[in-house]
Amino acid sequence: MSAPSLGKDLVGLEPLSAEQIQLILDTAEPFKEVSERAIKKVPALRGKTIVNLFFEASTRTRISFEFAEKRLSADTVNVAAAGSSVSKGETLVDTAKNLEAMRIDMVVIRHGSSGAAQFLGQRIRSNVINAGDGKHEHPTQGLLDMLTLRDRFGRISGLKVAICGDILHSRVARSNIWGLTKLGAEVGVCGPASLLPRQVEELGVTILPRIEDAIQWADALNVLRLQLERMEAGFLPSLREYNRVFGVTKERLERAPKELLILHPGPMNRGVEIDSDVADGPHSVILPQVTNGVAVRMAVLYLLAGGSPDWAGGSESPSTSSGQALPREERGER
Amino acid sequence: MRPILIRGGRVIDPSRGTDGVADVYLADGAVAAVGRNIGQPDEALVIDATGKIVSPGLIDVHVHLREPGQEDLETVASGAMAAAAGGFSAVCAMPNTDPVTDNQAAVGFIVSQAQRAGKARVYPIGAISLGQKGQQLAEFGELVGAGAVAVSDDGKPVVSSHLMRTALEYARTFAIPVVDHCEDPTLSAGGAMHEGIVATRLGLKGIPSAAEEIMVARDILLAEHTGGHVHLCHMSTRGSVELIRRAKEKGIRVTAEACPHHFTLTHEQCEGYNTNAKMNPPLREPEDREAIRQALRDGTIDVICTDHAPHHYDAKEREFDDAPNGIIGLETALGLAITELVEPGLLTLCDLVNRMSTMPARIFSLPGGTLAAGAPADVTITDPKASWIVSPDQFFSRSRNTPFAGRRLTGRAEVTIVRGQIVYQGEPRTEPEKRVPRGRQ
Repeated sequence: MSAPSLGKDLVGLEPLSAEQIQLILDTAEPFKEVSERAIKKVPALRGKTIVNLFFEASTRTRISFEFAEKRLSADTVNVAAAGSSVSKGETLVDTAKNLEAMRIDMVVIRHGSSGAAQFLGQRIRSNVINAGDGKHEHPTQGLLDMLTLRDRFGRISGLKVAICGDILHSRVARSNIWGLTKLGAEVGVCGPASLLPRQVEELGVTILPRIEDAIQWADALNVLRLQLERMEAGFLPSLREYNRVFGVTKERLERAPKELLILHPGPMNRGVEIDSDVADGPHSVILPQVTNGVAVRMAVLYLLAGGSPDWAGGSESPSTSSGQALPREERGER
Repeated sequence: MRPILIRGGRVIDPSRGTDGVADVYLADGAVAAVGRNIGQPDEALVIDATGKIVSPGLIDVHVHLREPGQEDLETVASGAMAAAAGGFSAVCAMPNTDPVTDNQAAVGFIVSQAQRAGKARVYPIGAISLGQKGQQLAEFGELVGAGAVAVSDDGKPVVSSHLMRTALEYARTFAIPVVDHCEDPTLSAGGAMHEGIVATRLGLKGIPSAAEEIMVARDILLAEHTGGHVHLCHMSTRGSVELIRRAKEKGIRVTAEACPHHFTLTHEQCEGYNTNAKMNPPLREPEDREAIRQALRDGTIDVICTDHAPHHYDAKEREFDDAPNGIIGLETALGLAITELVEPGLLTLCDLVNRMSTMPARIFSLPGGTLAAGAPADVTITDPKASWIVSPDQFFSRSRNTPFAGRRLTGRAEVTIVRGQIVYQGEPRTEPEKRVPRGRQ
């Protein structure tokens, strides 16, 4: 079987083909089961060394990557900008080259500057996975959102997904737009015009001016976190007004023509972009998103490390036969 | 000083409207004669310019030479040598040095460094405001007395309309242009590239065209109000072109310049987070590039300049947001202008010499820009057919930050003469790769 490979790095969903995205989602399926076991470990990345290089604060994404790595038996090191040589003025490229001199295999990077992951990937031999770069992309978040949608609807193609909130500053929005449109979904973006990127419709999305329009139109809403500092920067008058005009509330959802699936990449501002009774309501998949995050990241790590997708979705799952997911070369040796 | 006879070249002198094969005789630092079959005085050095363009020396009214303050990036001497190698007999150095060129001593220092270097002439531009802080006017009278030819806070916009107004009024006393970097900082703050579809895709904060156009409009209104002469730096948008066109129709004293990168490249160049495409004003859209080209053709934009902005390799080798703005341009400008403007038929060679020599001299009241008898013996001999590949390793500039590396260009300066002396002479090169790196050993 000649499955598409992912290449060296995962910097975003924009450069990926529909087949490559499909491959990751399919590969994630069997990895979901690993996390349900009593002993949550397979030896797929045994002996691999992974550095989680987080220049920006992150709880969910960093822990999710770390679980994914540990459940694949990789050796991991976490580096945060504070307390490292970065805070002493070392450049990104020097930090990375020093890490690589210690013979690592992969770097997971979260960075405040758009393009940082690509920059790193072009300068080191290790695989680089983008865990969020500035306002550019957050590909594993996009993938886990898509996996969650696929779980609930059984498909991506033909779905109408409205991304709501601060599209301008959102890497989650960009990864979702690329991933969903490549797999044939229709994507709408909804938010105040001051928080929509220029010419965003050229990315192949529909602009939904009001939250009521999004609710009428969509099968699912992906509600973005509203960064509180946007008010100070003059993009919005107040959080209170944002909630009144753009908030996803129970009252608004009750007027929807159909039941809407509710996603949120977290962390939530309850009572701002989303009300608690929606976040905790029956149509919310916010926690299943988090669960899927580990499976998607396991799939990405596994595929970039050269793992074979052959068993993905097929009869030979990583839990069958020897009960282990094995990289291709290991299986070949047996 | 040995006289020079430049024989048989195509002599283009927009100041006199002449374009034809002739000899040019330079003696005692001045143009002695231009004509057919000038006899050869015994002592003269003869340069055969058959097939070449002989023009008044090119003048770049907008460069950053980094001295004093950042001599590792460029010095007056290295910049003046790079200028000469690019065919420029004179450059105007912007005052955003460290310390800022905002007083007569600082201006005098640059004048003396340029004299010591003895390459292209370097005319300092003084600051508009002390420390380029945008608050208190610098002493224009003393700046001009020490050799400044204009004032500018370039690198920074003049935010205060009141300060811009008083600068335009006060500068009239000294008959110098006020040179403005047009940017509304409240719109451009944090921006890394042009605000458009590429910035949207790359997730970079954009600088809207309106950030430039608002200040262009303001400066035009203030020039009209004061009667002062405003010269607008590095125009990049179609909206700016439209504003200038209308202002000129009304007879307002506004002149403008544009850079080779803005008539050659677009924001697509930033793809892949290419920091050598990061500059301010940013590379814009194809429609903007076309408007700049047309404006250079019809004279709405008067002058081609480089905005030569040296940066160290390390400074560009980083995240796009954190990389500094700017590219070097002295050694590629002529080739880009011939390749992008003359070859496609937008400009004649005579138009080009006008935009790169005669108009700069006229607008900044500089010597040169003409081959009239008695004019300074500043001459550029250009091979308009030379085909060469941009190879930054061979630049005389101390910096290498250019987005044009590897690009094939047509047209190159072969000899640059300043004050009757040859300050640059490249080998005739049909094969560009044969050029021996010089100046850095």
